[in-house]
Amino acid sequence: MLELVTISALNGVLYGMLLFLMASGLTLIFSMMGVLNFAHASFYMLGAFFGFQISELIGFWPAFFIAPVLVGGIGALVERYGLRYVHRHGPVAELLFTFGLAFVIVEIVQMIWGKGPADYRVPSSLDFSAFTAFSTNYPAYKMFELLTAIAIFAVLLLLLTRTRVGLIIQASLTHPHMVAMLGHNVPRVFMLVFGVGTGLAAVAGVIAGPALVTQANMAAALGPILFVVVVVGGLGSLSGAFLASLLIGLVQTFAVSINLSVADVLRPIGVAAPSGGALFDVWNVTVAQIAPIIPYLLLVLILIFRPTGLMGSREH
Amino acid sequence: MTMRFIAMLCATVAGAAAAVPATAEDTVKLAYVDPLSGGGASIGEVGLKTYNYLAEVTNAQGGIAGRKLEIVGYDNKLNAQETLVQVQKAIDAGVRFITQGNGSAFAAAIEDFVTKYNERNPGKEVLFFNYAAVDPALTNDKCSYWHFRWDANSDIKMTALTNYMKTRPNIKNVYLINQDYSFGQSVRTQARKMLAEKRPDIQIVGDEVHPLLKVTDFSPYIAKIKASGADSVITGNWGQDFALLLKAAADAGLQVDWYTYYAGGTGGPTAIKQANLPDRVYQISEGLPNAPYPPAQDFEKAFRAKTGVSLFYPRAVNEIRMFAKAAQEANSVDPIKIAAKLDGMKVTVLNGGDGFMRSEDHQFFQPMYIANLGPLGKDQPFDEENTGWGWKVTGKIDTQDTILPTTCKMNRPS
Repeated sequence: MLELVTISALNGVLYGMLLFLMASGLTLIFSMMGVLNFAHASFYMLGAFFGFQISELIGFWPAFFIAPVLVGGIGALVERYGLRYVHRHGPVAELLFTFGLAFVIVEIVQMIWGKGPADYRVPSSLDFSAFTAFSTNYPAYKMFELLTAIAIFAVLLLLLTRTRVGLIIQASLTHPHMVAMLGHNVPRVFMLVFGVGTGLAAVAGVIAGPALVTQANMAAALGPILFVVVVVGGLGSLSGAFLASLLIGLVQTFAVSINLSVADVLRPIGVAAPSGGALFDVWNVTVAQIAPIIPYLLLVLILIFRPTGLMGSREH
Repeated sequence: MTMRFIAMLCATVAGAAAAVPATAEDTVKLAYVDPLSGGGASIGEVGLKTYNYLAEVTNAQGGIAGRKLEIVGYDNKLNAQETLVQVQKAIDAGVRFITQGNGSAFAAAIEDFVTKYNERNPGKEVLFFNYAAVDPALTNDKCSYWHFRWDANSDIKMTALTNYMKTRPNIKNVYLINQDYSFGQSVRTQARKMLAEKRPDIQIVGDEVHPLLKVTDFSPYIAKIKASGADSVITGNWGQDFALLLKAAADAGLQVDWYTYYAGGTGGPTAIKQANLPDRVYQISEGLPNAPYPPAQDFEKAFRAKTGVSLFYPRAVNEIRMFAKAAQEANSVDPIKIAAKLDGMKVTVLNGGDGFMRSEDHQFFQPMYIANLGPLGKDQPFDEENTGWGWKVTGKIDTQDTILPTTCKMNRPS
């Protein structure tokens, strides 16, 4: 029992940090620019494929730095020559723009790399087990993932709340005209924020690529859960996203290890299970079986009972 | 800008739809209805490549009763609704033969659709060639005269697999992990039932189902398998559900034997190599690149040279060969006449040995092989996915030992 709890906790934290790696860029773009970027997961996928391609040519470590910069550059270009024009027509137009962009990126990736999985492997310098807990190995690569996520969280938080750049960025969102009057180039600030946000998604992609499967559907597989993280954490709150990632990682992991069903709970207090019909399934489905949908349930509950999210302060 | 962009997108989509070539009298079209986007795309693409290659080979040898065989891909997006939309689209485009394989739920939808369609449209019959959907119901309770299945159904595979497991005394604790849909459910119930009959001493220490192609992190499942003390795992998982499961097992250092249906699918061998599990992952199938039969090995060599992938669907070869044979014998491409010829047809299968399409339920029976993946040894010319590891046959089950009874009461056209 202790073994399963410890292992589940570790797995939950690791999965949560992977989620945060991806959600950090999304929440940054949303909190700074007010743009809900539907194409975010696509930039994450782009990061994975760039990482794969560059690793093939010159190795993983250069790829770890070059791929996010390239993807961030593409993100900045998208902002400069696409989003900036759309921005004038309001948030719905922006939303539609990023929505379409997601499809375009997936198609382009399929054209270049095909639909099959790319053979993107963990670099040999990180391909060993870091430690063993209850005879289960924890690969060094996952620890690297964890540390990168924490480092990104710390750096972003400091950057936004403790530096001049952070102040200007925050002011640009609420008082763009005033900031412009003071001599700052507000559009350029937005372009940088979007570039950094998409670059962060690419960092997640480069890291997650070898750990998961690098293929053209990876954006679709993780896209929806990112929005759960951002909404549960509070739209635009970096600490909220961090907490929500951890929460969702842990909830989902622990749920998988619980084999309890409604029938198991009610049997001791004398309620007999129905022997057939639609209720039979409801009665006998275990928590483990519905584990993957629990985050979405959480999303619905949060929107009803605490629309601002766990840490959100913004009123809409 | 947005409006222009959307308009452009619409124009592109409409253009692609209109680009379907005009029907020609001298071609026979076979609609390939499988996922060509999303989670199943990597699998669907390999199937499409296989069929295109088979069409090429068939056409070089005289085609289907002298006509050119053309494969037309339709993307069903692994969605039952979309499957039927695509089937209707294919029929509207003049297609009379449909092949599909990924997902028994979608196969059931097509089987039902085709049966009803043929009832309502006499003279315009459509045949459904199923090359991989293995839910036993398709040739039992739900059987149809218009449906032919070339893959061994999941009960046949489980019979063969458990017959092999029976002879392995080191198996004591078995864990079942499967995808939560009709096929996965059938694997788990049959595994339980057959192991209980053949090896009552084996403990089933876990029985898990998870959503189909939705899980990205399998480590919690692996933790559970580990905690259960299992020494062997039976799984019907395919596609990324298999690759990610094996990757998570490798990360956690889980050392068990894997008894699988689809370990050889795209990405599977790569994951097994990465997990470093030599000779510990077994697969039950109707044929393998390294099966000791020279004509099949020659076919494999030519197939690889042309497509760059290994042949995962020997059954598709049997399907197209029998399609051509039936058309030739009937001297016609009329689906009714072809169906009558296929019904009960006996052939020598790709990997050698006898095969026959049972008349009672249109289930094809053929020799089955159990093999495991490991470093190449003597007489193993082929590796998988450039890993340097290949399949080694560890057991063969002859055709007559794979025959199971059917509950099918077939409604035959008069």
